[in-house]
Amino acid sequence: MSDSSIGQPVHRREDERFLRGQGRYTDDIHLPGEAHAYFLRSPHAHARIRGIGTAAAAQADGVVAVLTGEDLAADGVGGLPCGWQITDVDGNPMKEPAHPPLAQGKVRYVGDAVAVVIAESYWQAKDASELIEVDYEPLEAVASAARALTDGAPRVHDEFDDNCCYVWEIGEGGEVDAAFDSAAHTVSVDITNNRLIPNAIEPRAAIAQYTPGEERYTLYTTSQNPHVTRLLMSAFVLQIPEHKLRVVAPDVGGGFGSKIFHYAEEAVLTWASRRVARPVRWTAERSESFTTDAHGRDHVTRAEMALDGDGHFQAMRVRTTANMGAYLSTFAPSVPTILYATLLAGQYRTPKIHCRVTAAFTHTTPVDAYRGAGRPEATYVVERLVDACGRALGIDQAEIRRRNFIPKDAFPYQTPVALNYDVGDYEATLDAAMEMADVAGFEQRRAEARSRGRYRGIGYSTYIEACGLAPSNIAGALGARAGLYEAGEVRLHPTGKVTVFTGSHSHGQGHETTFAQVVSDRLGIGIEDVEIVHGDTDRVPFGMGTYGSRSLAVGGTAIMRALDKVIDKSRKIAAHMLEVDAADVEYDDHGTFRVAGTDRTLSMPEIAFSAYVPHNYPLETLEPGLDEMAFYDPTNFTYPAGSHICEVEVDPETGRVEIVNFTAVDDFGNVINPMIVEGQVHGGLAQGIGQALLEACVYDDASGQLVTGTYMDYTMPRADDLPSFRVDTRNTPCTHNPLGVKGCGEAGAIGAPPAVVNAVIDALGPLGVHDIGMPLTPVRVWQAIQQAGGSRAA
Amino acid sequence: MYAFEFHRASDIDDALKQLGADDEAQLIAGGQTLLQSLRQRLAMPSTLVDLGGLTELAGIERDGDALNIGAMTRHADVAGAAAVHDAIPALAVLAGGIGDAQVRNMGTLGGSIANNDPAADYPAGLVGLGATVVTTEREIAADDFFTGMFETALGEHELILGVRFPVPRRAGYVKFPQPASRYVLVSVMVAETDEGVRVAVSGAGPCVFRVPEMERALAADFRPEALDGIRVDPGGLNEDLHATPEYRAHLVGVIARRAVAAALS
Repeated sequence: MSDSSIGQPVHRREDERFLRGQGRYTDDIHLPGEAHAYFLRSPHAHARIRGIGTAAAAQADGVVAVLTGEDLAADGVGGLPCGWQITDVDGNPMKEPAHPPLAQGKVRYVGDAVAVVIAESYWQAKDASELIEVDYEPLEAVASAARALTDGAPRVHDEFDDNCCYVWEIGEGGEVDAAFDSAAHTVSVDITNNRLIPNAIEPRAAIAQYTPGEERYTLYTTSQNPHVTRLLMSAFVLQIPEHKLRVVAPDVGGGFGSKIFHYAEEAVLTWASRRVARPVRWTAERSESFTTDAHGRDHVTRAEMALDGDGHFQAMRVRTTANMGAYLSTFAPSVPTILYATLLAGQYRTPKIHCRVTAAFTHTTPVDAYRGAGRPEATYVVERLVDACGRALGIDQAEIRRRNFIPKDAFPYQTPVALNYDVGDYEATLDAAMEMADVAGFEQRRAEARSRGRYRGIGYSTYIEACGLAPSNIAGALGARAGLYEAGEVRLHPTGKVTVFTGSHSHGQGHETTFAQVVSDRLGIGIEDVEIVHGDTDRVPFGMGTYGSRSLAVGGTAIMRALDKVIDKSRKIAAHMLEVDAADVEYDDHGTFRVAGTDRTLSMPEIAFSAYVPHNYPLETLEPGLDEMAFYDPTNFTYPAGSHICEVEVDPETGRVEIVNFTAVDDFGNVINPMIVEGQVHGGLAQGIGQALLEACVYDDASGQLVTGTYMDYTMPRADDLPSFRVDTRNTPCTHNPLGVKGCGEAGAIGAPPAVVNAVIDALGPLGVHDIGMPLTPVRVWQAIQQAGGSRAA
Repeated sequence: MYAFEFHRASDIDDALKQLGADDEAQLIAGGQTLLQSLRQRLAMPSTLVDLGGLTELAGIERDGDALNIGAMTRHADVAGAAAVHDAIPALAVLAGGIGDAQVRNMGTLGGSIANNDPAADYPAGLVGLGATVVTTEREIAADDFFTGMFETALGEHELILGVRFPVPRRAGYVKFPQPASRYVLVSVMVAETDEGVRVAVSGAGPCVFRVPEMERALAADFRPEALDGIRVDPGGLNEDLHATPEYRAHLVGVIARRAVAAALS
């Protein structure tokens, strides 16, 4: 057996095909006889549809069909379901509006699909769509959650009295209020978590096919979780028997959460493929990605901390308004509640926390999970508030954190907001980050920058996240309408090669490498002889997919459980072949069975051969074959944590912020492939810095028009916006999964934003700036300096 | 995009003939603006008359006290030409800062100035350097060429042949980019020429403009400090997501000082 690859920076096996252009994305797939779909979308944020004239379009060149919401309704097609139900403060279920895949009666956001044209070519479909006459009666719109919640605001859904989806809370409000009444100090911040557009490099795409002889549907789609899409579409939308629907998510070019959800186009194409008896394909134009991929974030929060005289946190009070958009996307209600407020303890011993969240419908694109999903919002609240506490009390930023950290000997630690942290060492990551960032030399660098007319600042973010979603029973009690386990299957072939089937889905994460490392190590079979299969409901037994940094912690554990079964069975086969008791056969955990105390051994390939060619085999007690599957439902979340330190320089004349250093030291538990982990951290940091400095999805509140509808106005981070990151880990293994892993995919996006903003506030303190909202664009920074009274500096 | 006819012009006369024969025909040079409009179905020409084959319109040549650059010269070629670096390094800086490498390898001088996007770099370059636009019909001073937002003095069937840049004693160009598009938020070309000092601003207003007060101050004292205290009126300046008129007015001062510093460096 070769040396273990665990912990080694094995090159990503999938990269070769990606770099050679041999990846197979949805848009690369072509089916015989396929037709093309174009979705006609609403230009209005809110309008009544008085009628849709499709006759001219239906006559246009190449047109196969023009279908509208009325056709869907006539065929009994249901609305898109929501996968999470929040119960409000009064014990009532959240308001859950109908979400027809094609608009019926009204449109409720710019981009809402009104009709689909199916034609021989995409351009014919698009040309014909211009002949559709939609008689709109434009109505007043509202884009901001705050205004949507006011009396007299335009109502998004006529079936409800107001735009409030739910008011939800966690924690004991009375106890928290009492703590504030008796506190030595109180500190508050008012913050906005800016709305973001996901911008995966591959736009959403789908191809649907109906096979009449088998009464079977196949949907190729850009999904992070094809089994979930199959379940939602078969059980709720199309009422197709689940075994008659195959969903394939082939190579997928980035998701960041936006490809978790079941989208209208998937259901419409699948339905239409049977109606027109042709495969039907669609790939979003980038403009459609902007208006129809579920957006992220969009919170407005007031957060307060009560402290004692020594700067110890006594209680925290948080009030958040969350924008849900026009409809409830698949997991939207959980994001500003379960995935947000439960993280408000952060890394701290804050004994009492109360959070109330008000979710509002608006005439905007639906908002759902986006890299971090609730946890970046929570971390931004906590770390901006902690920073403000340090400034208000004159306590050093590292010191106020250390003073309130949960100490490493206090685990497992029960927070006041439901979570039970299993393990961590927050001092260790902070110590390492401060050393890497050379905090000791900062004041000298600040002075040097000042001599060049630049204001330099340093900012901290010591974050925690809850990953490895999730114990199904807990999730169910909190409103999840699905389980959150994972499935894995390990199949040894007679020749000793291995195929692994996983319900996790890789769309950039490198599972084909990391998972193969795990299996290779455990079976003593080379990585090149292990294939990872994912993304096809006909090949993979079941799965809940990839989001919330769960793949290795949950999907990897399911594979480990299947491996345990393989090894158990192999031990029995080995015992028979070696003519000893199974109890006398030892396994070295890396592919070799040995009769205890002897040099008589068998390797895994030898056993696999025997399992399929069972000539010398215990057939009377054991089935032939070596193919095992397992489900794994986690017993707890995992809790990655870390310390990020950002150093910036601000040009006070222009307001431009430059990130000059960024250090991230994370605790991800055991690391299987450090190169892939580092790549995940880099990508996450880029997104987090993007949110902090560059990205903002802006709507005109009165009209509901998307102002940032193209890259001319929506600022994606570019390589030259970013410094060379300094990253490292200080890991404490997770205590409740066999790999000891926690997850790393979202950490950068969670930790980075407050570190950046805190650094800019630190830099501009001498100019009197104490608050500034994301993104910290040059104009905003300059305005903040002006408002603080800092005249044209330098 | 909508369907259109495509005609590759064989020479200048052919291009003019095609243009004259069809009211809905449109010229395409590098296509870096037009192709986006076509893709978004914001333009619907009947015919695109491609100037890509007119090699006689591409080229850079020093002619005594002037630098002549053909209309079809790509930004990358301007940015990289030794003649430009020798004569007007600020112009090489300007061309090298347009878009990204792909845009610079396709986009042309003539296409850019004919479009006169208020957020383009070249208008400040031409006006700041006191250049002259040479067309099939006449010569037009840059001051008279750029007439308004996306408007120029060009006639309907008039083709730009090239631009003549007088070589300045010194010049500096500094651009402050709009964060998303990296077009110009505010840019300034400052040049000290035989005719005097010129200060031209792109991005801040609906069309490139000069700042006479700054030109007078620099004529007396060509140093950044000479501009201290000179305020630009925000009235009439552009307002969008990325900048208020007040911020743009402020940036004109900041960027002009930096352009002077660049000219002196």
